Amino acid sequence: MSENCGTLMGCGVEDERSFSMDDYSGPLARWCPGCGDHAVLAGVQRLLAKEQLKPERTVFVSGIGCSSRFPHYVDTYGFHGIHGRALPIATGIKLARPDLDVFAVMGDGDCCSIGAGHWIHAIRYNINMTVLLLDNNIYGLTKKQTSPTTPQGFASNTQPRGSFLPALDPIQTTLGVTNASFVAQTADWVPSHLAQTLEAAHAHPGFAFVRILQRCPVFTPTIFEEAAMNTDLTELLEHENGVTDEALKGVYPHTLYHDPTDIQEARRLAESSSKVRLGVFYADPGHARYEELRAVPKRTAEEKIALLNAEIDRYAV
Amino acid sequence: MSSTPPEQAAPTLSQEAGHSVLTLPEHILEVLSDSGEGAQKCGQSFGAVSAKMGNGAWTVEIIPAEIQPPPRTPDGASGVRIRIGTQKITNWGNRTKLAIAFNDQVLLSRHRLNALADDAIILLDQAPENHDNPQVRQEWIEALEELSSRNYRLIKVPLEEECLKIVDNPRQGKNMFALGMLSWVYLRDLERVKEQIAHQFRHKAKAVYERNVRLLEAGVSWAEQNLDFRFDIPTTTPDEDMVVMNGNTALGLGAMAAGLEMCSMYPITPATSVSHFLSESFDRLGGMVHQAEDEIAAIGVALGASFAGKVAFTVTSGPGLALKTEFIGLAVMTETPLVIVDVQRGGPSTGLPTKVEQSDLLAAVFGQPGDCPKVVLAPSTIEECFHCMITARRIAETFRCVVMVMSDANLATGQQPFKRPTLDPRWQSVQPDLSEVPVGTEPLQWDPETGLSPRLIPGQPGGMFTATGLAHNEGSHIRSDPENNQRTMELRSRKLAVLQSTLKPPVVVGPEHADLLVVGWGSTRGAIEEAIEKGQQEGLSVAALNLTFLSPLQPGLGEIFENYKKVMTVEINYSDELDQPYINAENRRRGQLAWLLRATTLVDVDCWTRVFGQPLCPGDILDVIRGKLAAGGQS
Repeated sequence: MSENCGTLMGCGVEDERSFSMDDYSGPLARWCPGCGDHAVLAGVQRLLAKEQLKPERTVFVSGIGCSSRFPHYVDTYGFHGIHGRALPIATGIKLARPDLDVFAVMGDGDCCSIGAGHWIHAIRYNINMTVLLLDNNIYGLTKKQTSPTTPQGFASNTQPRGSFLPALDPIQTTLGVTNASFVAQTADWVPSHLAQTLEAAHAHPGFAFVRILQRCPVFTPTIFEEAAMNTDLTELLEHENGVTDEALKGVYPHTLYHDPTDIQEARRLAESSSKVRLGVFYADPGHARYEELRAVPKRTAEEKIALLNAEIDRYAV
Repeated sequence: MSSTPPEQAAPTLSQEAGHSVLTLPEHILEVLSDSGEGAQKCGQSFGAVSAKMGNGAWTVEIIPAEIQPPPRTPDGASGVRIRIGTQKITNWGNRTKLAIAFNDQVLLSRHRLNALADDAIILLDQAPENHDNPQVRQEWIEALEELSSRNYRLIKVPLEEECLKIVDNPRQGKNMFALGMLSWVYLRDLERVKEQIAHQFRHKAKAVYERNVRLLEAGVSWAEQNLDFRFDIPTTTPDEDMVVMNGNTALGLGAMAAGLEMCSMYPITPATSVSHFLSESFDRLGGMVHQAEDEIAAIGVALGASFAGKVAFTVTSGPGLALKTEFIGLAVMTETPLVIVDVQRGGPSTGLPTKVEQSDLLAAVFGQPGDCPKVVLAPSTIEECFHCMITARRIAETFRCVVMVMSDANLATGQQPFKRPTLDPRWQSVQPDLSEVPVGTEPLQWDPETGLSPRLIPGQPGGMFTATGLAHNEGSHIRSDPENNQRTMELRSRKLAVLQSTLKPPVVVGPEHADLLVVGWGSTRGAIEEAIEKGQQEGLSVAALNLTFLSPLQPGLGEIFENYKKVMTVEINYSDELDQPYINAENRRRGQLAWLLRATTLVDVDCWTRVFGQPLCPGDILDVIRGKLAAGGQS
């Protein structure tokens, strides 16, 4: 994992600690009762415990919004940033410290609206991190304004006669960006699928983008109601290199065997709106990763000074 | 220019004499061309060679806002002014004594700006005179007519014609031919000039170097056969090792000397060349230049890198600084060390992107919503561009704060020789200590007196916390209660007072008591101090003060100001003047440092500012000083 952890416990020394889900729990989450964020938090804590991630080596980064309170509720390092800017902060952390395990947590306004520029470029950088889009189709913290993913016609405080435009599809968008390497979709109401998707995303070496359909019981209680209740509307994308869940097949009648290395098929599936598709649309570990391309040698202060003196020689009088 | 600066006695040139050599303490020359003809390469090479030979030197680039503006237009003039002297040179001086112009129109731009001395020698390419295009011939006639209003000594030079003997495209040859002419006129060491050319074309084929040397030698030989004057600006051998570079290179080298390891930036003039320089060598030293997708991401990445244990920096200019505002607030609030370099240019908005201004001072000190205390300092010389980065990194880390370094377009491209820095390993940042945190340690364990707290770094067991821009307590836990908010604001602000307690009062140049004190900041220092010196020689009662720290201000300003009957600032930013319509003492908008000094000292600080898009001339400042002193007792 780390190359520069001479002073660390766990490096060279057997780390005998073991961590339970509770070890990753921060203060009581202050999301509304019934908010899908609670389920995501539980799923993430389950992942952390399952992978036994060292809390001090794990960093959660977020922007602003309901979902961006996430880092406060996980007992790891965290950076609760500003609106739309989780990804630049996460990029900086990972470029400076590739040894850290970085998660970025964003909402739909955060990622797909104010932070959309960073989103596009972070996909292309393909830096190794796990990126969660908690998509409730609405601005929650500012109280019910239309977001880019709000369904057309859905009334909000800013578009009371219904959202004017067709909703932006984050899966399609991500799949359209050069160098995208992992794109998956899951939902807060299917905990086992959520858990497996998070595991696949975390295991992926690169920018692993997971859109999580997330219910907001206060502002968008109806939007996901049908999808959550009527299993006939969902199609599971199944593959041994993606997510397979035998138990879920008993609940969801539609399963599609989809090879996640097939980006053309992934894009076709993302564009076809006949079903809510849960699973890994695309995963290919072979993509270029910016932090690997930019790896620099570690230099001591003395080495730096020798090199710098040679540099200054060029300007000597 | 608002006034005609006084000039030194012009050299007397004997027309008959073959190669008379006039020895002078200093000289100002310019090379002017259309964009893409390499006047800056020629001039900067000349400046570097002069510095390396032991002259004092200061160069200023004249850069149009476009890459290839229409040729033969006054607005498209591209070039460089070089002032060389036997002694140290600290500014671009007053007016040019010798100009080489590649066409009549670019020369007009400098003529119209009153940048050329009345008796300047002008070497002008004569190609337009007999150009195929009648419009060009007509423009030439009109230009010469306009120029004849002055006593310039105009010498027509077959620049293009001579270059065509060596290269097919004279646009790629005139600058080296001109360098050859200048090298002959100023008795430059040709071996050094060739070394400079070799360095400049080090990434090109050898044939390119050889062709340029042929052009250089042709220029030397043409000058020798056709010019009747030479200037000797005696060089002195410095008693210590010297280096010569421009301010942006010095900032980059300083960043490396300071142990900064991440430069996250987005291209913006005139800051970008810091990253050009760093991109060549930073990674070998274990550093990284990250070109982000926008200005906001640039500072966001820097902030993330700093949070993860580095001290990172970003370089920008006014419009970029505006975009970074929210992230600056986050860095202040989370007490994450960060260095922000602002290479100021003309504003507002896109303004004069390639020209100098000092208009970002108040934006730097106060420009973020909410109370956002941060450190602001300004280098005033190329040498300080180097050393200020070491200071900035150390303050950022010690005080867990944002440090803004305010350079400008004048320092960015200006070259000046200075004492070679002796690098010190203690300047380097230490690698993050990832040892376990004692139980009970808080991420913001503020000292109640100073507001200082040690930084926890991800990777330290037991130190886990979430940095947040929301109001928070010692544990970085979100808190909205009134007492906590009041107290944490106090503690963040206190750090500036603590820093100020470690600073020395600034040093006045000139008498301790006088009728007038001229206060400046940043790159105007050299011009102000030269004006003061000349004023003192005239018997004027005047002193100068340059402020390195703008936030917090250095201590003792009030006491210093008491020793002068009048205090005024001289700055390159906008201020109203009292003789303008509607403007009175109450509604007058003042120079930015003047605002700051009036507010902090309650002294009636006056100001004189100009936004000409060019450095201030010492002669103009001296005129202002004379006027201010002549105005009598009231300010």
